[in-house]
Amino acid sequence: MIRMKKIINLKNNRFKILAVCFWFLLWEVGSRVVDQEILLASPTEVLLTLLELCREIDFWVTIFFSSKRIVTGFLLALCIGTFWAVLSYKSRLVYELVTPFIKVVKATPVASFIILALIWISSKNLSVLISFFMVVPVIFSNVLQGLNATDEKLLQMAKVYRLNNLKKIKAIYIPSILPYLISAVSVGMGLGFKAGIAAEVIGIPANSIGQRMYEAKLYLMTKELFAWSLVIILISILFEKAILIIIHTLYKEHIQKLRELNRK
Amino acid sequence: MDIRLHHINKQFDEKQVLKDVNMTIVEGDIYCIMGASGAGKTTLVNILMGIIKQDAGEITGMNKRKIAAVFQEDRLIEHWDAVKNILLVCNKSMDESKVKDALEEVGLKDHLKKPVMDLSGGMRRRVAVVRALMADSELIIMDEPFKGLDEALKQQMIQYVKKRTKGKTVILITHDKEEALGLNAKIISILS
Repeated sequence: MIRMKKIINLKNNRFKILAVCFWFLLWEVGSRVVDQEILLASPTEVLLTLLELCREIDFWVTIFFSSKRIVTGFLLALCIGTFWAVLSYKSRLVYELVTPFIKVVKATPVASFIILALIWISSKNLSVLISFFMVVPVIFSNVLQGLNATDEKLLQMAKVYRLNNLKKIKAIYIPSILPYLISAVSVGMGLGFKAGIAAEVIGIPANSIGQRMYEAKLYLMTKELFAWSLVIILISILFEKAILIIIHTLYKEHIQKLRELNRK
Repeated sequence: MDIRLHHINKQFDEKQVLKDVNMTIVEGDIYCIMGASGAGKTTLVNILMGIIKQDAGEITGMNKRKIAAVFQEDRLIEHWDAVKNILLVCNKSMDESKVKDALEEVGLKDHLKKPVMDLSGGMRRRVAVVRALMADSELIIMDEPFKGLDEALKQQMIQYVKKRTKGKTVILITHDKEEALGLNAKIISILS
């Protein structure tokens, strides 16, 4: 059985690697056809530029500066979004109060938020606010969906046995929310980075990825532009995985068994 | 204190499920509520447990009474094991070894640490019964607690319930007269 699983995993990984190779190859072919580095840099050149950037201390300082702010915005959204979802689940009034705000935030283009926010706060902290605004609706909607999906019959059981809130949260609510929360974290982290970097490109705070991208665009340094885009993708994935690992470690038992339950 | 039901009525949409139900449950006695399917037995105990509210009528003697229940469905935390499920409804002072002993007594010795979703229907039913009996309660309500058990197991469980509920008020729903007789219960019939 284990051997079988290993073979399937190897096969799946092989397909994934092949898919990545295919897209890199297509990129390489595209860059050769276009044959203008300013328009489309080749993947080899981009990787070499990235390696060069890695040697600079500034590169790491820039990543730290941007990540710190975007992740702060994300974590704030995680806490506040969850808090609002819990309150909305408990009170119809809070739900009606929060919903228009969430809907407006969802419908407003990121650029409008960024320009508006620039009037209120300094560009240094802009990415915190923007990543917060973009992530909070995702967290709110998913956590609320998880709470609404809570098994009514188990809640009745808890009521009859007079389980305290802590027991109810541990036994009933957390298992119900977890799949929704994991999906929200996956989507939210990517969204937070996209919006946060967009805010930096417009606000141009010093020592930020946005500033480096803006400069690369200004001086037509396409290789750098691609390299920084690659960096954003990588750190976004890295943070997403890190947060998911934390959730999986905290609720290891729940997640493993819920997966088995879903399979059944 | 006895539990008294006065003129209880309950209607779902157009269907009158309970009509002018009156009964007295004497403290410390075992009662079996019997009746045809759809007669309103589960509705009646759901009203007693506070899960649903009656349309009319009054219940006295239920104030702040601690209830334990075996529901029609097991209502267990599926990904938790039997011991954890039972400890969930027990007082902090409850010793885990006592829970294990109880589960061993009903034939679940080899299944203590398995998630209940991996247990058979009969095993899960036994876990639900043990949970109700181990909880700190003054009234135990059981909705077809021996459903899905074979004859030998059913007899074993009847004896177990009888032993564990001495002096407690028990209300049990069943279709089987043998169960009522086995528990020396007073029979309440609900007519359709």
